[in-house]
Amino acid sequence: MNEVKVIEIKKSVFAENEKDADDLRNELRSRGVSLLNLMSAPGSGKTTTLIQLLNRIKDKVRVAVMEADIDSDVDAVKIKEKTGVPSIQLHTGGMCHLDAEMTRQGLDNLDLEETDLVILENVGNLVCPAEFDTGATCNAMILSVPEGDDKPLKYPLMFTVCDLVIINKMDVVPYFDFDIERCKRYIHLRNPKAQIIPVSAKTGYGIDHLAEWLLKQLP
Amino acid sequence: MHELGIVFYIIRDVKKVAEENHVERVSEVVMDIGEVSTVVPHLLTDCWRWAADKEELLKGCELKVNTIPAVTWCDNCKREYKTVKHGRTCPFCNSENTWLLRGNEVEIKELVVSS
Repeated sequence: MNEVKVIEIKKSVFAENEKDADDLRNELRSRGVSLLNLMSAPGSGKTTTLIQLLNRIKDKVRVAVMEADIDSDVDAVKIKEKTGVPSIQLHTGGMCHLDAEMTRQGLDNLDLEETDLVILENVGNLVCPAEFDTGATCNAMILSVPEGDDKPLKYPLMFTVCDLVIINKMDVVPYFDFDIERCKRYIHLRNPKAQIIPVSAKTGYGIDHLAEWLLKQLP
Repeated sequence: MHELGIVFYIIRDVKKVAEENHVERVSEVVMDIGEVSTVVPHLLTDCWRWAADKEELLKGCELKVNTIPAVTWCDNCKREYKTVKHGRTCPFCNSENTWLLRGNEVEIKELVVSS
């Protein structure tokens, strides 16, 4: 009969990815490249906000975009058409997030020698992207007004891992019961250090502030 | 979908350990899953069944889940309380100056193997 035994592991499932992510982050820093991981729920206006932002910063910094989706390349095409910024599409093969290894594979398709900032538009999802460190040097998320001011209470991890929370669709505040002060309080309850910038990707409100903040994060 | 991604990570880690230990068959993988880890145990075991049976090493291998109760520490009154029942706010002193002590684990505890 075969010998049966027990092997003790006691290791987090995320440990391997966290190591890959730290390696990638250190490598990017040593090459002087910043990687912004932009997360949000589907429909919060990630791509529209990104287009506005790119048009403000593309003359000041060499920027490229990686779009991650489960399928299609509509976002990458749209970014290229509306901003002229180099943009590639990553498919996650059905997975609801990107991990550090997939991010590294995406970066291999960009010319990092000619790039200062890569913006990664993660899969629209507030759960998994928060759990899987991509190796980004900066994490940001977009919360849009129609989603409600109590979202930080429902998806605490997402708000804990982000350096920046962008509150989008400020132009529709009059039509929703959205209390921005309450929302800010909920965010800071989870993450006292989070920077919060209200914007409207539709009207352009707050986008200059966002661009300024982002450029300040670069080395 | 969330659980399936985690299952792929478990399989990757288990395969690595099996290789290092010259294991031919893994009959059981035991997980420690925290109550507030956002992993739903029955979805995890469903995804596991689907994905594990595709691997020679893991055919028929059971995934067992130990649930780790979530406990929060109140830094204000220096007491512990049950996270799931009371959330972020301390039931003794109403403080929000509280920290999760355990309950966020997604860990592989051990493997039962034969070689």
